[in-house]
Amino acid sequence: MTILSYLKALNRAISDEMARDEAVCVFGEDVRVAVTNVTAGLVKRFGDGRVLDMPISEQAFTGIATGAAMAGRRPVIEYQIPALLFIAFEQIVNQAHKFSLMTGGQTHVPVTYLIPSSGSRDGWAGQHSDHPYSLFAHVGVKTVVPATPADAYGLLVTAIRDDDPVVVFAPAGAMGRRQDVDLAQLAPVPLGLGRIHRPGTDVTVVAVGHLVHTALEVAEELADTIDVEVFDPRSLHPFDWQGLAESLERTGRLVVIDDSNRSCGIGGEILATAAEQMRLVAPPKRITRPDGAVLPFAEGLDRALQPSREQLRHAIQAVAKTGSAR
Amino acid sequence: MRRFEERAIELVHAGHIFGGIHPYIGQEAVAAGTCAALRADDLITSTHRGHGHVLAKGADPARMMAEIAGRSTGLNAGRGGSMHAADFGIGILGANAIVGAAAPIATGAAWAARCAGSDRVVVTYFGDGAVSQGVVLETFNMAALWRAPVVFVCENNGFATTTRTADAVAGSITGRAEAFGIPAERVDGRDAEEVFAATSRAVARARREEGPTLLECVTYRFDAHHTWEHAARPRYRTAEEVQLGSSIDPLDIQGARIDPDLRARIDADIEALLEEAVRFALESPHPDPATALDHLYADGTTARAGAI
Ligand SMILES: Cc1ncc(C[n+]2csc(CCOP(=O)(O)OP(=O)(O)O)c2C)c(N)n1
Repeated sequence: MTILSYLKALNRAISDEMARDEAVCVFGEDVRVAVTNVTAGLVKRFGDGRVLDMPISEQAFTGIATGAAMAGRRPVIEYQIPALLFIAFEQIVNQAHKFSLMTGGQTHVPVTYLIPSSGSRDGWAGQHSDHPYSLFAHVGVKTVVPATPADAYGLLVTAIRDDDPVVVFAPAGAMGRRQDVDLAQLAPVPLGLGRIHRPGTDVTVVAVGHLVHTALEVAEELADTIDVEVFDPRSLHPFDWQGLAESLERTGRLVVIDDSNRSCGIGGEILATAAEQMRLVAPPKRITRPDGAVLPFAEGLDRALQPSREQLRHAIQAVAKTGSAR
Repeated sequence: MRRFEERAIELVHAGHIFGGIHPYIGQEAVAAGTCAALRADDLITSTHRGHGHVLAKGADPARMMAEIAGRSTGLNAGRGGSMHAADFGIGILGANAIVGAAAPIATGAAWAARCAGSDRVVVTYFGDGAVSQGVVLETFNMAALWRAPVVFVCENNGFATTTRTADAVAGSITGRAEAFGIPAERVDGRDAEEVFAATSRAVARARREEGPTLLECVTYRFDAHHTWEHAARPRYRTAEEVQLGSSIDPLDIQGARIDPDLRARIDADIEALLEEAVRFALESPHPDPATALDHLYADGTTARAGAI
């Protein structure tokens, strides 16, 4: 067994895919010297014809990746900051994502958009702390948010092999994770397949990204009184609705914890779908950032707007008490 | 192109085309001259005013007409319409409805083609409106740095919808490219042979791996920005101005170079071809609404219904 860090898992996934498939190439700012470390060692191994430093031109290089993908390459773009997705949004959502349908299936755009350190990073404030995965799920771009090193590896590999555009959010809150793994066992993780990290019978907690770890901690704290099941969807679009329905068959109670803004966020979608189609014996709850939140700089303010462990504990306790008996 | 669009406008007015189209009438020499300088395996990207480019690159007029009439036999099986017509089999990477957005896509395709060892060239068309889009200028920078085999063809037809070029473009269009070290040429966009000659030079440069060129093709849009304009009648140019602008017709310029008998035969052939294209389009089936989200994902992932 080897200790695998989340960062190393991302690096290994790109490296393995570049070795497996010559079409895979890396675009990004400062990727050759690997300022974020995600692309460390790739130039040395694969050459600067496949690992390309880009000017600060997110719209252009995102569009260039689309054209390159339509001509047979499989670019992986690394964005240094989640907010750069807003600059590139046009080229991802309006171009890359739409080409397959608009051309009647004549082309596909296999580009992976990787955002290492999405969400709040200490002290980075308003323009560096967004976690915009809900936007991509909303428009229908395949969207994944791995919580563990092994899943980071497996989901990134799948994203690179996928023939559609896929956005991979690596939450800042998960980047420090390490895991004891057998490297030979690392494998692709299919999109749209959730994972139960902890089985339970009383309440299902759906946790997104780094909040999976928060949910597991809270579940342990409450273990004497409430048996919490922790469900990690891993990909938000496609979403493992069947896996969620099966979990709710067992528990009938639902709490969602999601580090994106409340209104039109993925948390709201999970609640709505559960309410429409699944077995619930109590009103569900969600914990999110506030509506339209912009993360303020001061530490206390930043933390105040992020979903917290206390909020989760209270929500689980409240949901466990309400509703009819199962 | 001219006759195709005249037919298409009739179909818009008769209600056979859903929405409307952006006529290319008056600008045909640009598409004809540029595409004539390309090989069959070269690529193009086009714009919201793309019928001319798509036809000149060799798309089947019947399938093109069916596409803009939203039929399942269309180039894109009715999924793209006028502003997204694409035929990847003959190098048409799609018309694009977002002004300027195709410039990087073309450049990416050009880069990938060169990496694959081919000497293909990509022509990307855009209007004078697009030279004020940041992404186009970002793309100039990168295409020049990489010496990408791409030819930027700016069709300066005098207007971006209703805004005159002079009111929207500071400096010059060629100067924008020159600032990035891209050679730029201002060409009479009404003379197909002049456009052909300039494009041939640009394509040859690109094939020699000397990098991109910008051609500013100066032309004039005779018709409306879009067929809605006939209903809305926004006032941004006078009838006299349109008449004056339309008095130099690229069809007359090129037509005068062709033997009258030959021209009459070409005209008759085209009439027959378009007759057939309209018939084909109108007799083709409408796509089945149950297939409206087909092709959304490459792997056939299906979307959940909006209402349950
Ligand atoms: C980025 C963007 N902004 C605005 C529009 C709306 N729009 C469609 S065509 C057009 C004018 C474009 O002018 P130009 O590029 O000169 O091309 P032309 O219509 O003259 O062929 C505008 C503003 C758009 N499609 N895309």
